[in-house]
Amino acid sequence: MTPFGRLTGTAAPLPEENVDTDIIFPARFLLITERHGLGRYAFHDRRFAADGSEIATFVLNRTPWRGSPILIAGANFGSGSSREQAVWTLLGHGIRCVVASSFGEIFHGNCLRNGVLPIILPEPIVVALMASAQDGRIFVVDLDAQVIASEGLPPLSFPIDPEQRLALLNGWDETDLILNARGPDIAAFEDRQCRDQPWLYELEVS
Amino acid sequence: MPRTLYEKLWDSHVVADLSPQQKGGDALLYIDRHLVHEVSSPQAFQALRDAGRRLRRPETHLAVADHAVPTRSRGTIADPLAAAQVAELEANVAEFDVPYRRLDGEGQGIVHVIGPEAGFTLPGITLVCGDSHTTTHGAFGALAFGIGASECGTVMAAQCLKQKRAKTMRVELIGTLSQHVTAKDIALAFIARVGAMGAAGYAVEYAGPGVAALSMAARMTLCNMTIEAGGRIGLIAPDETTFAYLEGRALVPRGERWRQAVAYWRTLHSDGDAVFDTVVVIDLGDIAPHVSWGTSPEDCAPITASVPDPTTIIDAGARRRLEKALAYMDLAPGTPLQAIAIDRVFIGSCTNGRIEDLRAAASVVAGRCVADGVTAIVVPGSTATKHQAEAEGLDVVFRAAGFEWRHAGCSMCVAMNDDRLFPGERSASTSNRNFEGRQGPGGRTHLMSPAMAAAAGIAGHLVDIRNLGAPVA
Ligand code: SF4
Repeated sequence: MTPFGRLTGTAAPLPEENVDTDIIFPARFLLITERHGLGRYAFHDRRFAADGSEIATFVLNRTPWRGSPILIAGANFGSGSSREQAVWTLLGHGIRCVVASSFGEIFHGNCLRNGVLPIILPEPIVVALMASAQDGRIFVVDLDAQVIASEGLPPLSFPIDPEQRLALLNGWDETDLILNARGPDIAAFEDRQCRDQPWLYELEVS
Repeated sequence: MPRTLYEKLWDSHVVADLSPQQKGGDALLYIDRHLVHEVSSPQAFQALRDAGRRLRRPETHLAVADHAVPTRSRGTIADPLAAAQVAELEANVAEFDVPYRRLDGEGQGIVHVIGPEAGFTLPGITLVCGDSHTTTHGAFGALAFGIGASECGTVMAAQCLKQKRAKTMRVELIGTLSQHVTAKDIALAFIARVGAMGAAGYAVEYAGPGVAALSMAARMTLCNMTIEAGGRIGLIAPDETTFAYLEGRALVPRGERWRQAVAYWRTLHSDGDAVFDTVVVIDLGDIAPHVSWGTSPEDCAPITASVPDPTTIIDAGARRRLEKALAYMDLAPGTPLQAIAIDRVFIGSCTNGRIEDLRAAASVVAGRCVADGVTAIVVPGSTATKHQAEAEGLDVVFRAAGFEWRHAGCSMCVAMNDDRLFPGERSASTSNRNFEGRQGPGGRTHLMSPAMAAAAGIAGHLVDIRNLGAPVA
């Protein structure tokens, strides 16, 4: 995945709870089997009317948030379906960081695997950032320093698992990491399990 | 030390402890089984191809097309995108030697229905799928959870996943269900109580005397809906009901292996003195048939209730959310839920598309007729379920009442094929999500049990199944 550098830009405010992955990427577009080029479907039914015209009131259709690399959202963002398209579509739209007080768990993991930084901060802080975002202020997200800052607010540090931080900064791929470091452990586990639960190794799937 | 069922399943699959200094940190977990479908797998196969990798243990995967497939006929797929997606799955399973359930074969169906039916799902295993309702398989005492497409690729290549250990929640079911109240109502009542985030970060174990009495179908419905409370894992300890369901199924061990396996599976329960992070007690006797009225599964109430009034809500955020949900659903505060008229009925999905669900719905519609202006479809969860239902004559009952009888698939649960609501239409649905646009852009979904959805179809509006009069015929 693309390494995560420093982000600078406006942050699009989406002050709504439970924005689920069906809202982020409507199911009917799941027929597309590509992972690239999905940006135009992000929040599709919020962004576009039935005739394809833009809905002027939706935040991503408004200046100065059209190209915001950051999204600030209500609690439980990305809940619902496990579709990774929800992350690919944000990426395709140019969003590399989402701030919320909580995330759908699968979505959160999917972000980390695709170079999108999910920042979890307490709700009152998210509310303060949201206000700043609504004013159209410029934000800076510095993953190396673990800090998010916006004009007019003191820089805030955010928590992130140290390993996930490194993986994001370096663009490491999880499968590579596991295969490179854990091959012997996996083989040893299989030997042991095959002895203890042999029925798991006698599959004849028809 | 006493352990919960979740901890036993976790401990037995740790390949490497990734944070030994802290109890309950991350671990690399071994994955025993992987269900593959057409929507979340193409990118995973592509990643394998790009990296020049093969599957570590192809026989531990099982692939099927369920989400995008048409349900009117099993011939060629008319939608070119859907046809291409299924063709891509078929090419991928051929290239990578993955066992595949053909679209026109007896083994086809929704991943979460065919896994258990085939005996692919077993107690004590880890099972994953690029699908959030993988919680379903926890009904067998399997550690089962939904993953993203990238993780599907990792499982294919490495048979492992890095996982964060969950907190544990015990949902203790006591008392007895009243007549016409089902596992779906337990699930909806639970979600209404704890909220759509209430189980986030938890592995939820359903336990207590109320669980012992539930059939496997009911247990699967309950575990299936756990994700709607935010929990990635739902669990029920395997017992005699589980073993009776499994014995003799195609992929279940036989003979001496069966005895060995059952002996092990009997150890898979939370120890009597195991400590859970949270305990919730639900008295089944208190539960009435439930329906959803909003756009989150937590927006549920007993059918005897009315649409809530935002002005009575003090918290500004919650009030805004409620106003928005009611605007989307086009419902006025104070409307009795039973006064809500519907246009469509959908009976099916991995939540309620099993033979027991179809029987329950059929018993309601028998001798009755779908109300004027209502379109109703029944979509069995699997082809085997469809054939079983036909052998029992259920299709005849449904058709006589004016229901359409379809081929197996996800259908109007996710609206990826042509089974979808038109903008503004309202459905009584046995599926699991009432999100905005879930059943088609602008569509409005009310979740409920199969019997309640069938009854709504007959009445033309949401109705209390307990008050539905006698059949006319
Ligand atoms: S029936 Fe619905 S919830 Fe279940 S797997 Fe299919 S789309 Fe997902």
